[in-house]
Amino acid sequence: MAHPSTYQPGSGFERWLDARLPVVRVMHDQFVVFPTPRNLNYWWTFGGILTFMLAVQIATGVVLAMHYVPTPEGAFDSVERIMRDVNWGWFLRYTHAVGASMFFLAVYIHTVRGLYYGSYKAPREVVWILGVLILLLMIATAFMGYSLVWGQMSFWAVTVITNLFSSLDAVIPGLGTKLVEWIWGGFSVGGPTLNRLYSLHYLFPFVIAGVVLLHIWALHIPGNNNPTGIDVKSAKDTVPFHPYYTIKDGFALVAFIVLFAAIVFYAPNLLGHPDNYVPANPLQTPPHIVPEWYFLPFYAILRAIPNKLLGVAALMTSISILFFVPWLDTSKVRSTSYRPIYKWFFWAFVLTCIALGYLGSQQPEGWYLIFGRVCTIYYFAFFLVVMPVTGLIERPRALPGSITESVLGPEESGEIEETKNTKETKATPPPAARKRKREEVL
Amino acid sequence: MATYETPLNPTLEPDQEPTRRDVILIAASGFAAIGAAAALWPLLDQMNPDQSMLSLATTEVDISHVEAGQAITVMWRGKPIFIRHRTDQEIGKAKDVKLDDLVDPLARNANLPDDAPATDDNRAAKDREPWLVMIGICTHLGCIPKGQAVGDYKGQFGGWFCPCHGSQYDTAGRIRLGPAPQNLAIPPYSFASDTKIKIG
Repeated sequence: MAHPSTYQPGSGFERWLDARLPVVRVMHDQFVVFPTPRNLNYWWTFGGILTFMLAVQIATGVVLAMHYVPTPEGAFDSVERIMRDVNWGWFLRYTHAVGASMFFLAVYIHTVRGLYYGSYKAPREVVWILGVLILLLMIATAFMGYSLVWGQMSFWAVTVITNLFSSLDAVIPGLGTKLVEWIWGGFSVGGPTLNRLYSLHYLFPFVIAGVVLLHIWALHIPGNNNPTGIDVKSAKDTVPFHPYYTIKDGFALVAFIVLFAAIVFYAPNLLGHPDNYVPANPLQTPPHIVPEWYFLPFYAILRAIPNKLLGVAALMTSISILFFVPWLDTSKVRSTSYRPIYKWFFWAFVLTCIALGYLGSQQPEGWYLIFGRVCTIYYFAFFLVVMPVTGLIERPRALPGSITESVLGPEESGEIEETKNTKETKATPPPAARKRKREEVL
Repeated sequence: MATYETPLNPTLEPDQEPTRRDVILIAASGFAAIGAAAALWPLLDQMNPDQSMLSLATTEVDISHVEAGQAITVMWRGKPIFIRHRTDQEIGKAKDVKLDDLVDPLARNANLPDDAPATDDNRAAKDREPWLVMIGICTHLGCIPKGQAVGDYKGQFGGWFCPCHGSQYDTAGRIRLGPAPQNLAIPPYSFASDTKIKIG
């Protein structure tokens, strides 16, 4: 793909296979020798962590499905049976439930990293769009999985979220109701609803896995962005993925697993709601319905708007607006580190998202509602006003001459001399073939 | 050698008249598309409410034990139905409201025409003013409003209060405050006798 293959089949079998299905070659070229910017920081390790979390969720999910009963009568009890009777059931279920939270923690960090360092900008727009698509699929999957517990919060979350579609009645009378009954398979949330949510909850992770492959493929065409946001200019700017980033990603993954395990073993219900240990009751709404923490910012946006249809539209837009970020941002500089004005707006945006998360957990009354509206306005203004405008008016800080220079600094005279030569006089060009390939890439 | 009048691949020639091959190509792909769409329909329609759902259409309810000021909740088609025996004071309160003050001016009563105004007469049972029969589902996002039990908070209009997003309904089940767009819906029903209601 992006660089010439350096794979040498080691054995007769490898030569035989390479001529028929060059899967070892692809792995070698993309995950062993793949040229990766030498300055990636720990915020770049979340891609690997996310891949691991997807694998954890699929592995634990598949085995939980061997014990789960997707009926209104059996669902809640089967979950309790998993917790009490099934061998290791408590461990598998807590890992799966906490795993969903850890998955979202990682995906939000990964997304904010992409936003901060401008990883969505050309030529990585498709990487970004596929990432947003994965986020949407994750949201749908997590929502459906939460419903399967069939506790009070599950049941009422399904009721509230599926009813979002009934807002379409305000556009075409009857359309929303028809759509909601189609989703329910009845006139209320019930057995048919639970059964189809189960079916789709099993399907979606594999769809995610497919889009993840495309996401990585699209990433490996231009190669990684990096904290400076400037392009790779010479072979010196990169190191092979293995061992440099396999080790770095591995270390970060272990640290992440420590946190994950700490929650699973010491506070497994920390992030859950106690009401979901009450079996679903279609005749009684809990006094305060809240989604899981990872949906709270979106929930706050929904409730900030007093009109049903517009509230739902804002909820949908708050996520889908991410698709347009590559074109909303007008700056020529990728990394926010070199953008003195935008930087402040950016951190204000991150704080706004955290504030929306808190507000989403509170009753929408009084000051909570007012702050919710202010934050909602800023959330959208960040994308629709700040991104296009700051890019045009801002004077970015001077960018380093190269990735290598940003790492070793100008005081490394030998380095800087060589870098300058390469850049200005081309006195010591890197091997010609390699350089030509790089230019194709960039 | 003879020269060929028609090129070997006619589809590559933009100025050429449509050939037999073009017709076959368009017809075949057209039919394939129609066939695929037709095959898709069962895959989508299977999700709609099935025959066993539709057959749960009617429920009979005995209301002889419901005193004035009390309310009961029964299930119909998996939905809670609120049946409230209103006091004279509650009826008076509902009648005093001007139609202009209502968020939703329509009665939303399945037993009346769609454009019936939301007067108390159009909301309450026909000729049995104390009785109010409604689907107890908030028209915002489907929560069950509070107000059926004696001790419940009934909101500032004395009817029902939805705990999810704060919608408030008056003593005729009409939306007065909060994000819900419509009055509580009234299902098709009739009085089978003085003490029996048939819903559906």
